[in-house]
Amino acid sequence: MTARHDALIIGGGIVGASCALYLAQRGLRPLVLEADFVGSGATSAGMGHLTVMDDSPAQFALSAHSCKLWSDLGGKHGEQWEDDPCGTLWVAAKEDELALVASKAAFYRGQGLPVDELSAAELRQAEPELRPDLSGGLLVPGDRVIYAPKAVRWLMDQAVSLGAEVREGTWVRSLEDRKVVCDSGPVEADVIILAAGAQSSRILPSLSLEPRKGHLVITDRYPDFCRHQILELGYLQSAHEMSGESVAFNVQPRATEQVLIGSSRELVGWDKSVNRDVVSSMIERAVEYMPRLAALSVLRVWTGFRPATRDNLPFIGRWEPIDGLWIAAGHEGLGITTSLATGELLADLIVARQPRIDPGPFDPMRVVGGS
Amino acid sequence: MPKIAIRIDGRRVETDEGSTVAAALINHGIWGFRRSPQGEIRGPLCAMGICFECRVTIDGEAHRRACMEICRPDMEVATDA
Amino acid sequence: MPEPLRARVVVVGAGPAGIAAAAVAAEVGSSVLLLDEAPSPGGQIWRSGSRSRLPATARRWLDRLHRSGARVVSEATVIDAEFPPHLIVDRRGRRLDVQADCVILATGSRELFLPFPGWTLPGVLGVGGAQALSKTGVSFRDRRVVIAGSGPLLLPVAAALVRDGARVITVAEQASRQSVMAFALGLWRQPAKLLEAGRLRAAFARSPYRTGVWVERAQGDGTVSSVTLTDGSNSWIEACDILCSSYGLVPNVELAVWLGCSLHGGAVEVDEDQVTSVGSVFCVGEPTGIGGCDLALVEGQIAGLVAAGVGSRSAGLRRQRAALRRIASRMEKSFRPRGELLHALEGATTVCRCEDVAWDRLEAVTSLRQAKLYTRVGMGACQGRVCGAALQLLKGWRADRVRSPLKPCRVGEMLVEKSSGEGT
Repeated sequence: MTARHDALIIGGGIVGASCALYLAQRGLRPLVLEADFVGSGATSAGMGHLTVMDDSPAQFALSAHSCKLWSDLGGKHGEQWEDDPCGTLWVAAKEDELALVASKAAFYRGQGLPVDELSAAELRQAEPELRPDLSGGLLVPGDRVIYAPKAVRWLMDQAVSLGAEVREGTWVRSLEDRKVVCDSGPVEADVIILAAGAQSSRILPSLSLEPRKGHLVITDRYPDFCRHQILELGYLQSAHEMSGESVAFNVQPRATEQVLIGSSRELVGWDKSVNRDVVSSMIERAVEYMPRLAALSVLRVWTGFRPATRDNLPFIGRWEPIDGLWIAAGHEGLGITTSLATGELLADLIVARQPRIDPGPFDPMRVVGGS
Repeated sequence: MPKIAIRIDGRRVETDEGSTVAAALINHGIWGFRRSPQGEIRGPLCAMGICFECRVTIDGEAHRRACMEICRPDMEVATDA
Repeated sequence: MPEPLRARVVVVGAGPAGIAAAAVAAEVGSSVLLLDEAPSPGGQIWRSGSRSRLPATARRWLDRLHRSGARVVSEATVIDAEFPPHLIVDRRGRRLDVQADCVILATGSRELFLPFPGWTLPGVLGVGGAQALSKTGVSFRDRRVVIAGSGPLLLPVAAALVRDGARVITVAEQASRQSVMAFALGLWRQPAKLLEAGRLRAAFARSPYRTGVWVERAQGDGTVSSVTLTDGSNSWIEACDILCSSYGLVPNVELAVWLGCSLHGGAVEVDEDQVTSVGSVFCVGEPTGIGGCDLALVEGQIAGLVAAGVGSRSAGLRRQRAALRRIASRMEKSFRPRGELLHALEGATTVCRCEDVAWDRLEAVTSLRQAKLYTRVGMGACQGRVCGAALQLLKGWRADRVRSPLKPCRVGEMLVEKSSGEGT
């Protein structure tokens, strides 16, 4: 089957789907090769939050722009993916974390993003289940929560309606200049996008990506137990931990009224089994912030692998050593959030349109040659 | 059979000692215990702790399977049907 | 957190199989712990409650258990397990850790439900479900009951409900007349069983027992008020207050699978000693293959004796086991759900009750895992136990992998006690 396509996307997760849609909107007819089924990887394993992150200017630019794209799309089609504009509440446990709240607020406001600083009393009112002696918090009202398995289906269906094609159950074995080799034979394209999440480094070993394992716990239905996505301020520290294991308090209300509890990070290769000790640490942390979580009924615990890069920024752009190859991978815990901006940015680079955000910080070549 | 008293949705009722909460509800004419996610009224199906369709709130705790809980004097049962 | 419990033998499930295993192992001197979900031992067939009438066999075995020295822990649900045998148990909302040298799984079975229009109406129960409600205190007096399902269970349930004063309008067996006759005739080697069947039939003599008849749909406003039955050619409506409809039993193999035991044909594989593919794990009763109470008692005793180190005493039991297994396999063949039952669903018929997923939402989906993520089928509180077996027949979807918690438990129960020296 040596067909030639104008674009080939390896990976049918939310990043691949976004690339497919934006390319299709720009007149190409991409073929998506997905190993299992659309969204079966990290896309469906994660929390589905749409959060503007301030850990670096580049991360902010990408996540803020992407959240805007989600917000525009959500306005018209949000019910397709249970879009919930619940906002994010960053929580300060102690007095000394309030300085972090203030600097975060200053940064967001400086970038034109409206935020609210909450006193301890206001925090209690916003979230009655939080421990009453927390110091305060920061509300980012524009943040949202979505149900990613439905969102990725919708994006892919839209791409298909514009001429894209999806082949599920298709495993890519290797990658060469303007060609991939699958079980069913080679497929050629002038443009190949590697968007296979943490699996990307299996296909392209020189791409420096590691699977960063996370655990999640979901409860039965408890209407109104929490109203916002809630994160401890230490979350970003945990996300930046390069080694070892860390947990950070993160809960989220689902549209089903179930409570989703995270988060954990470990580098243990591809071992997807649930680690009871890590779950215990994660829950211990969560219960410190929300004591009555301990009494809720748990239905399920699972794991997923975030694709992590050394500097916590994704790879979006050309991979010079191989003709026609582009990368859109390495989004760590922000894959859902930044998927739209990633697809738009990469598509613009591919058709040589002026990109809407600076692609420099995401250049995949920034790590070549380094260790 | 000796009787005990429990409260169902605030109403005091008598039930056999040793009967389950599900039995107490059904014997008082209540077959619908709760609502499904789309609001359909549901009641016991399997009566052996598998299906979770018989869930009620007992003494303030949600998601208790009525078919598996024995009534205790002054128990507070709240349905959602 | 309560102190961990330790025993040489831990038995999971206090139905006949578990009771027999625990009693004989303890009688021989082993330390035995018997864990059971229900408030008191008996499982389903010997379920005790405010209105249960235990048969003599049950009373004898429960007495024997009580005198054996086995420690019974009720309201205990296994939520997780690891090796060397360590069971994590939910006991009334609190975590209990149990350590053992070996584990005997006697986790029983649950009913097979096949969806049909109206099956979610309150008042629609499983056949065993109706029996369970009756034993645990529900009065069926003067209620109009239709029993429409499959298997030998229809008889004792019909008899019991009639004895409780119910008006059993009709008993409908979906298997054909030939299948049922063939099964009954095959019981000639067990005249006691034939006699029992006859006695049971006589107990609800005033209600018709019809073969080759099944449910088309149930109707009602708020609760069930009638059922449409069919024999494939004609359909008719019976008014009723209660509809009992289930189609045989599904082994509860989740804990066995979680412990790594291999399955064959959906049941746990065991050797002559009732040992699974995992050396320290035995399995007895229904999870090794649906076979009824007598077989469960025999298998339980064999495992209990072997676990206690005196397996040589089980020779007679092994002969009994062979005979009972032959009956069991014929029963399975005779009462297999007919194809028409798999076509009773309409587009709007709920398949996953926990998450309200209708049949037509599963049309475009090709695998169970995909269905779970896109529609939430099987992702609710029952953890796929009700819809899973039906979907296996309806779609050919094999069960997804087992996860912990094996049953819902409190978040706090997943906290592991820190070993000394860690933290404060």
